[in-house]
Amino acid sequence: MRRAGPFTILLVGALTVTLLFLTLPVVAIFVDAAPADLARSLTDPAALDALRLSLVCSAIAVGIIVVVGTPAAYLLATRRFRGRALLVTLIELPLVLPPAVAGIGLLAALGPNGLFGGALDDAGLRLVLTTAGVVVALTFVAAPFYLRQAQAGFEAVDPSWLDASRTLGAGEARTFAQVAIPAAGPSLVAGLALAWGRALGEFGATLMFAGSFRGITQTVPLAIYERFATDFTAALALSAVLVAISGALLLTVKLLGTTTWLRGAAR
Amino acid sequence: MRRRVAQNVDVAQRKQRSSGRAAAGAVALLLVAALGLGACGGGGDAKLTVSAAASLQRAFTDNDQGARFSFAGSDELAAQIEQGVRPDVYAAADTVLPAKLHREGLVERPVLFAANELVLAVPSGTKAITSLDDLARPGVTIAIGQRAVPVGVYTRLLLSHLPAAERRAIDANVRSEEPDVGGIVGKLTQGAVDAGFLYRTDVKATKGALEAIRLPRTLRPAVLYAAAVVTGTKHPREARAFVDGLRHGAGARALRAAGFDPPPRR
Repeated sequence: MRRAGPFTILLVGALTVTLLFLTLPVVAIFVDAAPADLARSLTDPAALDALRLSLVCSAIAVGIIVVVGTPAAYLLATRRFRGRALLVTLIELPLVLPPAVAGIGLLAALGPNGLFGGALDDAGLRLVLTTAGVVVALTFVAAPFYLRQAQAGFEAVDPSWLDASRTLGAGEARTFAQVAIPAAGPSLVAGLALAWGRALGEFGATLMFAGSFRGITQTVPLAIYERFATDFTAALALSAVLVAISGALLLTVKLLGTTTWLRGAAR
Repeated sequence: MRRRVAQNVDVAQRKQRSSGRAAAGAVALLLVAALGLGACGGGGDAKLTVSAAASLQRAFTDNDQGARFSFAGSDELAAQIEQGVRPDVYAAADTVLPAKLHREGLVERPVLFAANELVLAVPSGTKAITSLDDLARPGVTIAIGQRAVPVGVYTRLLLSHLPAAERRAIDANVRSEEPDVGGIVGKLTQGAVDAGFLYRTDVKATKGALEAIRLPRTLRPAVLYAAAVVTGTKHPREARAFVDGLRHGAGARALRAAGFDPPPRR
């Protein structure tokens, strides 16, 4: 084996620093959280309410994002039209928005005094301070993570595959469903995992738009923040639970994705 | 162009040995940068860092004095101090939290510096809500402070004096429990809720967007503000001067201008 060159050492050094910096807080949460506290936080009814709410709302949000986002990303990836670059930028904008700005924006658009607040009210729909509002906030902040990945995935699909599918008589819809989606599968799954993780961790926009109320709008991050002041060990324990759930979710989705698509590709 | 690239590669190859040291240097640099970032918050200069209740924001920023402020719920700030965050001064919207930190040896003896008043706040022009009784009607939406933040503590204290049925009806109308007064003000000004419990000074600071409905004198909890110098501060003299100023100096004037009362004489 060749001796590691100085450049390799630099790369390894950079990775080590990156790894240390990014994993330290997560490791610290688990080191500080005693197993007994973890168990206690899992039996605290308010924490369970928050966990249930977080899982349900983020699942709904991710569902909406995948159903609407997949075809939208496909269109952006496969068609060239005027203003496309602008469109892509607009869609990705929430990625770089601070959560507080997202919250203000949602209030300005969909709040009772917002642009569409009156119309929503007339339709009998109230989003602010409701569970539906949580879903809206999560969808808004998480969607770009999926859209970006999905678009990149569709762009990486060899256009000749899509052409072949059409030549063989499959319609546009069938080509999308049976060729493009499986081919872009790993990207879609990766995007889904990212979006889900982001939705689970959402704090600022939820607090501003949906408020914080146990069982209705208080998701796990909001419950953690509330506990921070009253019961740090409980906050720590709940954080550990959230990290574990997010990590498990990411891992499951990724493993599921790779195995399924590998089998598909092997056929 | 290509030649220049080739030259660079050549130079790079010749410099390979020295770049080993450069690599180590780069890693060291990263670490130093990280340490440097840490030092930024450490207050290497004479600037005071003041952790203050969110309701003090207007009064304190109006009386800047070049201090750095961190505004949040008094309970969050106290928890930060308990977790090792070290501002120079802690100013809370109650006396319980500073007293607790003092018992824990984290701050010096707290000093009362202002009084405030809990009020029922509604968006200006609200006709439907004129008293506490209106909050018990079905369909009215309310925002209050979380359990541990002073404004939430005072609100619960107030509500606990009400007849049980009325209290339950009001509890059922609460739609959000906010981490600090800022959240309650936001929910009210955005029309997300019909009413909320705030301090008189918070309502004044909205410059007419909200109006205050005074609460019956017998129910009103005493809202007192206490500040303390944080133990082990690097700027003890400036920190003490800041706290004194809240009672007698420019800080006190800014507090009066913002609508705070002087602390009761003991």
